[in-house]
Formats: sequence, C-alpha cells, structure tokens
Amino acid sequence: MTEHSAPPVGPPLWLLAELTYRCPLHCAFCYNPLEFARTEVELSTDDWLRVLREARAAGSVQCGFSGGEPMLRDDLEVLVAEAHRLGFYTNLLTSGVGLTAPRAAALKAAGLDHIQLSFQDSTKELNDFLSHTRTFELKQQVAGLIKGHDWPMVMNVVIHRLNIDYIDKIIDMAVALGAEYLELANSQYYSWALLNRDHLLPSRAQLERAERITNEYREKLGDRIRIFFVVPDYYEKRPKKCMNGWGNVFLTVTPDGTALPCHTARMLPGLEFPNVRDMAVGEIWHHSEGFNRYRGDGWMKDPCRTCPEKEKDLGGCRCQAYLLAGDPAAPDPVCEFSPAHAVVENAVARAQMPGNCHTEAPLVFRDPRASRRLSAETER
Amino acid sequence: MDRADALAARPRVARLFRLQWEEAQQAWVLLYPEGMVKLNASAGEIMRRCDGERSVADIVAELEAAFASGGLADDVLAFVDMARTRGWLQ
Repeated sequence: MTEHSAPPVGPPLWLLAELTYRCPLHCAFCYNPLEFARTEVELSTDDWLRVLREARAAGSVQCGFSGGEPMLRDDLEVLVAEAHRLGFYTNLLTSGVGLTAPRAAALKAAGLDHIQLSFQDSTKELNDFLSHTRTFELKQQVAGLIKGHDWPMVMNVVIHRLNIDYIDKIIDMAVALGAEYLELANSQYYSWALLNRDHLLPSRAQLERAERITNEYREKLGDRIRIFFVVPDYYEKRPKKCMNGWGNVFLTVTPDGTALPCHTARMLPGLEFPNVRDMAVGEIWHHSEGFNRYRGDGWMKDPCRTCPEKEKDLGGCRCQAYLLAGDPAAPDPVCEFSPAHAVVENAVARAQMPGNCHTEAPLVFRDPRASRRLSAETER
Repeated sequence: MDRADALAARPRVARLFRLQWEEAQQAWVLLYPEGMVKLNASAGEIMRRCDGERSVADIVAELEAAFASGGLADDVLAFVDMARTRGWLQ
C-alpha cells in the first residue's frame, strides 16, 4: 500500500490553448513571457486539432482559446468547431479586436459557448477608455455582437494602480454594455507585470476604496451583474493555492506547443516541459517530469513541509517562489512564514508612497521590440 | 411558492449553463463560462430530467419508479429550490 500512497491524479479538466503570442495590444501587465518574441513558429491547425482530441480523451472539458489575441488565428473557427464537436465547453478570451460581425456569426455557427471580453487597458489607452471614445465604441460594438448571438457576457478588467481609482466608471461601463459577469482582477506580478510592478501595485488605501465601492455597487445592482474582485496576493498573509494545485486541473499549451501546468511555468529552472508535437497530451499529463515535479506535497521544504496549512495552499505559487526567493521549491514569499517575505513587504511598503515617485524605471509596454531587448539582456 | 406550485413547476437548465455526462468523471456536470460543477449521482438524475417539459411532480414519479423508492418529493423539492437559488435552473 505505502508504495502507492500518492493520491490518484484526476483529468486535466481545463485546457488553455494559447494559440498565438501575436497581439495588437501592448499591455504593461501581460503574463506572456518576456521572451515571447522568440517564438516564431506556431503550431499548425492539424497540431491543434490533434491536441484537442488528445486532451478531450484525457478528460479535459473546459477549453479556453487565448493568446496573445486568438482572433489573429484565421483557423480559430475550425478549432472551435472541433472542440465543440468533441464536447468541450468552449471559451474565447479576447480583447474584441478583430471580432467582426462575420467572424462572430461563424464562431456561433461553430458552437462557441462563451466570450470573455477583456479591456485593452494598457494605460496608453487609459484616457481613451475612460473618456468613452474610440475604445468604448469598439467594446460597445463587440458587446452588441455578444448579446446578439445570445452568448453569456463576461468582462474582464485587469486592475492596477493606474486604473483602480476609476473602479466606479469601470463598473458603470460593464453595466452599460450588459455584462452578466464582471471580473475585476488585480494584476498578478509575473512577466511584464513584475517588470512594471512599482507602477502597477496599488496602495492599501486605493485597494480599500475600490473594494468598498465594488461592495456598494453589488448592493445597488443585486442580480443584474455578478462582480468578482480579486485582490493582489501581495496584500495577503497566506499564498493562493496556485492553479488549484500543480498538475491538478490545469494544462496550458503555448503557441509553440510546449505543455505547461500554468501560464508562466516555463521560466522555472532545471525543469523540462514536453512539447505536444513529441508526446501525447495524456502521457504529458500523467508521466512527464514537468507535470509531476510539484504535484502533491512530497517536494516541499520547511516551513511548508511541516505546516498545518500545507493542504490549504500547497505552498502557493512555484513561479512566485522562484521569482522572489530564487528557489521554485521555497515557500511562496507572499506567506508571512516565508524566509523571503520581506521582498513582498518591501514592494508593498513602496506602494504606499504617493504617485509614482518611488520608481525611476520607465513603464515597459509589451511589444516584440522590448521582448527582444529583454531576451538579449537575460542572455548576457 | 407553495408546495402545489413547486410540484407543478417545469424547471429547465438555465441559459448560462450546459448539462452533460462526462465519461472521464463518471458524472453529470454543469458547465458555465470558465467553470464546472460536478453533480453527485442523485443531483445528476434530477437535473437531467429538468427539460422544461416535465413538472417536478413528473420527475418525482419517474425517480420513485426508477429507484423503486417512495417519499422522494421532499428531497427533489429541496434540490430544485437550491438549484434555483444557485442559478442552475430557471
């Protein structure tokens, strides 16, 4: 018995298909890797069709089409149709750029179940977005298409220091567009968002005000819209149960076919992740070193190993442990028991200073040129 | 809603949800944007009969016949009420 005491591994319920890193936007909080511009070859249509079939056979049931901007793939409709035929619940995660009336109709015909519309608020567009001009018109158009095709409408807005004070306007806009769900998701600090953290992490006062206003709206609006507010984990005392556990429910396939247990895991040192061109999805999920390394709690070090709460958060996020403590097997530094917790405390302390006088670094927007420059810097 | 009304209602799976049998999980699941609820066996048996055609009383009768059991009305009514509160049924 003792040999097989590890709990059985369930199916990869959530498949996230990152179809492309190409994107018309330049969001400063993007979670795509800093080196995204190095990916030049994307999986072919046939590769993706095979991935969908293999994942469905392995028990995947939710399928998200994401990116980059997935509308830039002109085979999106083909992929959605196959996912639908296989019995997936199909989600499209888009900024709405490129979602024209004909493509919306084709996606409906292909069986797309849901569109999550995100705001292209990269702060370059912030004023535009808030003054209800060009960007608002695009969103209004896309929202009209979503409603017209009777898709449930979920709006996602990444919240950060530069837009959090406009939370009331953001909620008003979501209501005006007829959203059924609104996700006010504070930026998480990985990739581009980590690079820009001092610009993006809100102060405690900003957060408290935004939560208070959100609660007032919830009361006022009742069942008209469900509003989710996700606080940045830097303000928590315990880490999040990242991805609901490593290799537990979530499988990402990146544009070049690398299979990952989360969006950002490729950064972790000393770990090889398989490619769907070389290995079947079921085998990747159950037998690859990349997916098994941080499953369960056998990999933990102190203080996680002996912590009474280890089941609750599984030690938090491996990427955050690596980024902030330099060791992917360390406790997530968000935890107050982490030896590296001061890193988080210092970032939070800096965020209490007014304006952005606490940083001299410029805000870096996600674009291929910046990506190539940053890749070259890390090589040196 | 009194008991007679509740038994006469013809609930169906709400617009935002999709109900399907998942072979890999050996369970009925409710799918919705970016989420899933795995139903236990009895919840699955009730939900899959909520098609907007059958009344709750019909569903009770079917289940009592299928499982050779009596007195299921209270359980079914309680489940339907909970499922409505959660937005699964309309």
